[in-house]
Amino acid sequence: MTAPLLIFFVLAALAVAGAVSLILQKHPIHSALSLIVVMVALAGLYLLLGAEFVAAVQIIVYGGAIMVLFVFVIMLLNAGEEERTDFSKLAKFAGLPLSLALTGLLAAALIHRGAAVQNPAAPGMLADTSKISLLLFSTFVYPFELTSFLILVAIMGALVLAQREKN
Amino acid sequence: MNTVTQFLTTYGFWVLTLIKIALLLFIVLTVNAYLTWFERKVVAHMQSRIGPHRVGPHGLLQPAADGLKFLFKEDAMPAGVDKFVYLLAPFLALTLALASLAVIPWGPKPLPFSFFGHEIDLWITNPQIGLLVLFSITALGVYGVALAGWASNSKYPLLGGLRSSAQMISYELSLTMSVVGVLLMANSFSLTKIIDGQASAYGFLGWNIIGFANGGFTQVVGFLCFFISAIAETNRVPFDLPEAESELVAGFHTEYSSFKFAMFFIAEYTSMITVSALATILFFGGWHSPFPEAWKFTWYLPSVLLIPAGLWVIYDGIKYETIFGRIVLPGVGTAVTAIGLALVLFPQVNEYIQGPFWLLGKIFFFLFFYVWARGTLPRFRYDQLMDIGWKLLLPVSIANVVVTAGFVLLRSGK
Repeated sequence: MTAPLLIFFVLAALAVAGAVSLILQKHPIHSALSLIVVMVALAGLYLLLGAEFVAAVQIIVYGGAIMVLFVFVIMLLNAGEEERTDFSKLAKFAGLPLSLALTGLLAAALIHRGAAVQNPAAPGMLADTSKISLLLFSTFVYPFELTSFLILVAIMGALVLAQREKN
Repeated sequence: MNTVTQFLTTYGFWVLTLIKIALLLFIVLTVNAYLTWFERKVVAHMQSRIGPHRVGPHGLLQPAADGLKFLFKEDAMPAGVDKFVYLLAPFLALTLALASLAVIPWGPKPLPFSFFGHEIDLWITNPQIGLLVLFSITALGVYGVALAGWASNSKYPLLGGLRSSAQMISYELSLTMSVVGVLLMANSFSLTKIIDGQASAYGFLGWNIIGFANGGFTQVVGFLCFFISAIAETNRVPFDLPEAESELVAGFHTEYSSFKFAMFFIAEYTSMITVSALATILFFGGWHSPFPEAWKFTWYLPSVLLIPAGLWVIYDGIKYETIFGRIVLPGVGTAVTAIGLALVLFPQVNEYIQGPFWLLGKIFFFLFFYVWARGTLPRFRYDQLMDIGWKLLLPVSIANVVVTAGFVLLRSGK
């Protein structure tokens, strides 16, 4: 087994374990911590694919900023342990078959498309950050600007909502 | 024997990296310990006191005594804590603080000899995205403090943890924005490339803080924003509200005792070193000398500093009160003088240490600045702190980005 493959399996196991723990933990803080594990493991996977910039941004934005806000809010609300209700009837009977079907469908699609992937990332290959930014500001400039606009609207919306409550 | 050589030739990179990590950890932890001694001494002299002077000559063994005390104190855990998170928090704080040292380059050239065919660079790793790695570690660093405060199940730590997470989120923005100007000029996230971009024949005129010699734009504003945000990010005076004694006892680490407390302590001092190194690398030319390249005589500066310092320690040691001091201090002084003389006698060695000398010298200055600030400045009020972060530093650093971008565009566009 080569080193990248070994690292991949360790990170993948970490991500899956984190995701499972996120659902099973009773306390919101523990769930949030599990989600951070998932985020950081994903960043490791990106790094393995040579996407250095994406990996760093994954940790800064998701692992850092967003999850810090989650933890902050949980701490501020002093949320206690969750109460478990009985699982809904639908989840009880249809949950497992449906999730298995979804996994199977995704796997089938990936296997089917797998051969068609052009230029797969090789271990040790690095994506150039400046190339990413060039693409972002030339080919994808309209989607990029639209996303920025969307974020701006969301920020203004949050401001308006917060101010209204004060008044 | 042959198999060992073969193993080291093949896997030498891994072995070498492990050795370097162990060495760097040892050095940094020792420096941390003596940083506490340095801080206590400097603050004491600022307040017309002597500072630690009982344990060892001039109190030099005080850090060792403190370390032993941390190890042997009772490790109390309050009732009702969230055990897993309570134990996780100091580990997170310390490992993240230490991990950031891995990407900092300590010198320009690899050592003149190799390790079984592997070059020995003066850094553990030098990724293309060095600066982003540092920022991602900083982004995660909030958890150590926030979780410690939450898990302690006590009101003061909770308030301290909340304060510090709010503070760190707020100042992370201006911290990141303030270095964008440097990135625009260097065109790279790599720390070594940022340093290389500040090289010039006119010494300090090429540094990003001045920026004239390389046709860049001065980053004085960027540096001020960066350093103020960095002090806030490391929770030091005058931004140490998360541990304001008069209001919150000791803030987020109130309920931590023994070595778990020491872990937070070491983490704080390690991030001080990281921030000082980063300020040096980004704005003050890294390992470049402030003097013009043609002034070869400035290469003797390390010796000019070391030899008198060593001689003074010998002179001071001979008339020291205790016998232990009369033995140890002249010994240390002789070693320092000998190093200074050796640098004069071996010009190649002297040339090699120029880079690390200037880098470490500037880092030392910033560490002194930290202590200086602690000895002089009063603490901010919490609303003032938030005002400075959001209403002053953030807009100013964004304005700096715009102006610098305009300058870079003007220069490259012609």
